[in-house]
Amino acid sequence: MSEEYPVVWFQGAGCTGCSVSLLNSASLKFKDILLDEIVPGKKLNLRFHPTVMAGQGEMIINVLRDTKEEKKGEYILIVEGAVPTLNNGIFGAVGEKTILERVLELGKNAFITVAVGNCAAYGGIPAAKPNPTGCKSVKRVFEENGIDTLVVNLPGCPPHPDWMVGTLSVALRGLPLDLDEIGRPRLFYGKTIHENCERRAYFDKGKFAQKFGEEGCLYELGCKGPYTSADCPLREWNNGVNWVIGAGSPCLGCVEPEFPDNTSPFYRKLSWEEMKNEKNCN
Amino acid sequence: MKKIVIDPITRIEGHMAVETFLEGGKVKEAKSSGTLFRGFEIILKNRDPRDAARITQRICGVCPAIHAYTSALCLDDAFAIKDKIPHNARVIRNLILGSNFLQSHILHFYHLSIPDYVDLGKVVGKVAPFTPAYEGDFRLSDEVNAHLATHYLQALDIRRICQEMLAVFGGKMPHNVGIIAGGATLIPSVDRINDFKGKLKEIRDFVDNAVLPDVLTVAKAYRDYFEIGKGCGSFLSYGGFVLDEGRFLKSGIVNSDRQFEELDPENIAEQVKHSWYADSESGKNPSLEETIPSPEKEGSYSFIKSPRYKEKVYEVGPLARLMVNYFTRQEEITRVAEPLLKELGLQIEEVPSVMGRHLSRAVECKVLVEAMSTWVEELVPGEPVYTEVEIPEEGEGYGLAEAPRGSCGHWIKITDKKIARYQVITPTAWNASPRDDKGVPGPIEQALIGTEIKDEGNPFEVVRIVRAFDPCLACAVHLIDTKGKDLGKYRIA
Ligand code: SF4
Repeated sequence: MSEEYPVVWFQGAGCTGCSVSLLNSASLKFKDILLDEIVPGKKLNLRFHPTVMAGQGEMIINVLRDTKEEKKGEYILIVEGAVPTLNNGIFGAVGEKTILERVLELGKNAFITVAVGNCAAYGGIPAAKPNPTGCKSVKRVFEENGIDTLVVNLPGCPPHPDWMVGTLSVALRGLPLDLDEIGRPRLFYGKTIHENCERRAYFDKGKFAQKFGEEGCLYELGCKGPYTSADCPLREWNNGVNWVIGAGSPCLGCVEPEFPDNTSPFYRKLSWEEMKNEKNCN
Repeated sequence: MKKIVIDPITRIEGHMAVETFLEGGKVKEAKSSGTLFRGFEIILKNRDPRDAARITQRICGVCPAIHAYTSALCLDDAFAIKDKIPHNARVIRNLILGSNFLQSHILHFYHLSIPDYVDLGKVVGKVAPFTPAYEGDFRLSDEVNAHLATHYLQALDIRRICQEMLAVFGGKMPHNVGIIAGGATLIPSVDRINDFKGKLKEIRDFVDNAVLPDVLTVAKAYRDYFEIGKGCGSFLSYGGFVLDEGRFLKSGIVNSDRQFEELDPENIAEQVKHSWYADSESGKNPSLEETIPSPEKEGSYSFIKSPRYKEKVYEVGPLARLMVNYFTRQEEITRVAEPLLKELGLQIEEVPSVMGRHLSRAVECKVLVEAMSTWVEELVPGEPVYTEVEIPEEGEGYGLAEAPRGSCGHWIKITDKKIARYQVITPTAWNASPRDDKGVPGPIEQALIGTEIKDEGNPFEVVRIVRAFDPCLACAVHLIDTKGKDLGKYRIA
């Protein structure tokens, strides 16, 4: 019998894109993640995931309640989406309670919390100016409510599936997570896009594309690669088919706390000072 | 009256609750309600107009490509370059959108819908996330049940390949970067074209050998679901996939008397009498409308607005497209649809229903794998994909297109080179809309009303009807009412 780790995947103010990205996992496939051991002797038990679970309504709200009580201190909480906090969080609810209440009560009893996507990690798109619903990151609402459960941030809009599956595998193997100062595992977010970019030679030679489709570095077209830390250029996306800069688009900086307000306009060249001048972490 | 509340409805995109009131075992009244507001139209203000094609994708991670596509059409219009988009770019946009259609339809049938018809627990064991679940109405023989469960797992790979196919020209998925105002970002190479074709072949095989036969299997076992959830009976389509001349899927409306009419976007207006918005905005065309929340407004029960065409209710989506293209005799559609209807012994008039919506999606999968196989050959390696854009000081524009879930529209107003107003009407706003100014319920509500609920402890009918529309609530919803309204839990009162 393999040891089972209960998982609750909770969705806040998001778009389901992180869930869809997990479904795109090509190293370990989604069905392996659901049904098989992901590291020797250990498997995940995905008790709650609104996009895939068979049940609905009260029966699944009971799953949340039971996991939180019976598996206290044992379950992995994964949060996708930001937490609306304006007017006590009335802008988002799941089964009678606000998203804020649910994230807090689930977070308090969790063994570890993984904030997937830029929204959960730093506020992301729903927290963009003027932040109409007062969205905040998971870490922030934990801090404000005295919850000290460890939060691992896996930003990205969405995050690469390998970053999610990889982080869970590192944790289940009992290896150190080695987080950077904004909560991201260095294993995946340790180097800038610019350091490993396939167009770097163009940058160094000063050959810049002036128009979409042209050869050259995309810096003049607005690339945020120099200010953005993730391993997209090495890993590439969707089973290695392509990636943002490979498709001729500037990097949008979606793994950074400054996304989207300070990494935009997406198609305008911004200096380091313009992007980093005002900390925009929600 | 007995009340059944299902909150949350799972296996949809976003947060949704449904309330039904029963009398004599039948649904007398129904209310669908979204439970999350993010305020995209407010967030978009004052930004660089070009960024709308990136930001609006984040409305929905299941089908973001349509927002990039519609937004790009809207921006091309506002930048006055819509006739200057290079052929290659137009094709790439369609290939990206088509890939998203295939992934969305396959995901919807196998992963979001099949758990209502196939007892997955029987095959993989009573393990999460396949348990808990409603019990009772599983009708397939053990052998067929197991066969479809195998396809559930295989479809996980196929839908992943759809995403990979999209990424060939889109860069990544969810949230592609390949569709931009002015065209696309990647000049096609022979290599990329081959990569795309290889993936499309694999998907095409699955559509032929699994999707079509499986939908027929389910449709035959649940034939009564051609009688359930008929809906409002009027259908609308903006027209899907822009070609050099016209659109691949036709635009137009089919009324309940089966009369076809051309579509005029001027006739679209959003009503808000039963929605939490200021009445001053009711009945306005989206090009003029402001989003002004009014959460205390009497008599409202939803923050979804009610889009109407000539003040009438219309269903949008694959079924609506089937109806519009069937009545205009669009050959690519009728060629696929007619043999299927014949095999089921159905007339086109009998299609609007729960099962008819699943069938329409399967038809579209087949139509699209065929069309995309032709489109990809139209790409000219090395030829440009982009027309230079200049953001005007002042400007207006709109884009209308078809999403997997139905008609999607974006409207923009630019002032000082920035977004002054942006309005989005998503497909689910049409389908999940509340009662309008005249008190007429929206399409999903109408589909629920009159339905007989056989087992109130396992109200399969309700969730099957709702899911057949493939609602995307993050798209549709604007606010939540937590005050005094019993949207809290699933219960029988
Ligand atoms: S395209 Fe972006 S990441 Fe790549 S070299 Fe140029 S600036 Fe750096």
